[in-house]
Amino acid sequence: MSDIYPAKLYQIDNLRLSLADMTQKPLIGAAPRLEILKGLSFDIPKGEILGIVGGSGSGKSTLGRALVRLLEPSSGTIKFDGQDITHLPETVLRPLRRRFQMIFQDPMSSLNPRHRVGQIIAAPLKLHGISNPKQCALEALDHVGLPRKFAARYPHELSGGQRQRIGIARAIALKPEFILADEIVSGLDVSSQAQVLNLLETLVKDLGLTLAFISHDLSVIRRLCTRILVLHQGQIVENAATAELFANPQAAYTRELLDSIPLPDPNQIWT
Amino acid sequence: MQFFQSVLLRLSTTFVTLLGVAVIVFFVIRVVPGNPIAMMLPPGATESDVTRLTALYGLDKSIPEQFLIWISGVIQGDFGTSITTKQPVLQLVLNRLPATLELSVMALIIAIILGGLMALTGTRLRGTKTEAAIDVTNGMALSVPDFLWGLILILTFGVLLPIFHISGRVTPSLQLPFTTNFYLTEAVLRLRFDLWLDIAAHMFMPALALAIPLAAIIGQLLKQSLKETMHLDYVTLARTKGYSETHVILHEALPNAILPTLTLVGVQFTFLIGGTVIIERLFSYEGLGNMAIDAVINRDLPLIQGIVILFAVIFTGFNLLVDLTYAALNPRLRHA
Ligand SMILES: Nc1ncnc2c1ncn2[C@@H]1O[C@H](COP(=O)(O)OP(=O)(O)OP(=O)(O)O)[C@@H](O)[C@H]1O
Ligand SMILES: [Mg+2]
Repeated sequence: MSDIYPAKLYQIDNLRLSLADMTQKPLIGAAPRLEILKGLSFDIPKGEILGIVGGSGSGKSTLGRALVRLLEPSSGTIKFDGQDITHLPETVLRPLRRRFQMIFQDPMSSLNPRHRVGQIIAAPLKLHGISNPKQCALEALDHVGLPRKFAARYPHELSGGQRQRIGIARAIALKPEFILADEIVSGLDVSSQAQVLNLLETLVKDLGLTLAFISHDLSVIRRLCTRILVLHQGQIVENAATAELFANPQAAYTRELLDSIPLPDPNQIWT
Repeated sequence: MQFFQSVLLRLSTTFVTLLGVAVIVFFVIRVVPGNPIAMMLPPGATESDVTRLTALYGLDKSIPEQFLIWISGVIQGDFGTSITTKQPVLQLVLNRLPATLELSVMALIIAIILGGLMALTGTRLRGTKTEAAIDVTNGMALSVPDFLWGLILILTFGVLLPIFHISGRVTPSLQLPFTTNFYLTEAVLRLRFDLWLDIAAHMFMPALALAIPLAAIIGQLLKQSLKETMHLDYVTLARTKGYSETHVILHEALPNAILPTLTLVGVQFTFLIGGTVIIERLFSYEGLGNMAIDAVINRDLPLIQGIVILFAVIFTGFNLLVDLTYAALNPRLRHA
């Protein structure tokens, strides 16, 4: 049964989200609302690596922040593991938060410069009552392929790629079911990119994670993801398995995106 | 090692600054009109009386010569004798210093508590009416200088609603068992909380007048830096880890937002000490500032010099302390 209907970790139904547009705020009175997400519906099955692509400003980060409930949707529902979390108040969300984690684009600004790496990884574990947080933090470092002695370092004593691994270690140390990665390789050079992507792939398999990977780089998405969601101006224009999407793109916008991949298929040059 | 070198460098520049202050104050108060000898003599004193007294205080010599005599004394710890009271300047100044220090520190503590509370409450309740009210209060506190706050406090709490003392340092009829002039500190150490209460009640109004503008500055700057820090990714991440908003503000944002405020407090604290001159006068508080005004009125040149030098030592010493604390608190500087 589970082969035909794999269990769904996320069920999103007609998700809408609007934010106050501060640039249009009149001197007196409320700012007009700007609808960023315009009715999205999709599922994320357990164990999937979902790629979210789209142009700048298409709403990828906003969708990601709604999934981990840093933002509250205006309407629609987000179900996480069967539980409706759309409008849960912060106090009810807090114990749940361990289960969906997030990794940010800028590894420097996402690490508190005043704390040592070990403390950065271990502190949230204590909060959630996980026993032996120090040991868990060291194991998380093992998982991301960093030496344990890095636990004593400050973030500014690491390279960009190493910092991004710390970001990953911090997320997986909490043993979450879901991780949202927002443009996490954009700031890295090609070889560190490949390393981080390999690492993510291994972790997803080994730890049984579900991953949503936001990127504007289709070649990265193609390499990593099992399924792809194409966003355009706050709407889903295509939602297909990776191979299918690349072989037979349905939406005009997807074709546009595919055409803009910087390295064209070498065969095309001769036709 | 580098840390040690920079401390040495700062110490030597501090010394040069102090020497500069000594030169300037010495020459300026001799150029402005007013003759201390003329103010000391009774009406009808003869010309020879004037010459005799002038020679006695060394005021007949050329100004550079006077400076050399004075500065060589200062280096040996002799600041000369007050013309009006005939007592050693150093002793007079050191007797008054504790009163001013206690007042300034109390004002600083009040300012940090008030300013910190305003910034933290404003950040926690951002976007609400409370935040707007805090911003308005802050702006008002900023736009009124300390001596006007002094007058306002005297009118409200001294005249209309007399619950605090608005004059002096302690109720004169009280028997004080103190051996130093750090009354407030000694009252605590001797467990004389009755005296402590009386002294604190005398200090509260002048300290509050000094504290309000500084509290407003602290509140404004700290809130601004908190606001910037709250947008950083690691603060957002702390939220995704399930920390409460208050925890996020206090543990993630505050330690990283506090450095600019700390530097500012250092600079502003010296202004606050400067403010004691007028505030002590308004509240008849027997500190250095009050003595400075008397010294200027009486043209007591050695006393003025001594007070100015002491103020300069406090200012530069405090700035040095702030710089060192700053370096110690910032891991990036510490390891650089
Ligand atoms: N706090 C906010 N207030 C108002 N509008 C916002 C806010 N944050 C984002 N937006 C707007 O929402 C839209 C979607 O933003 P979002 O950050 O989700 O885009 P994105 O797809 O992640 O883009 P990028 O690839 O550049 O990161 C943009 O048009 C943006 O201007
Ligand atoms: Mg984005």
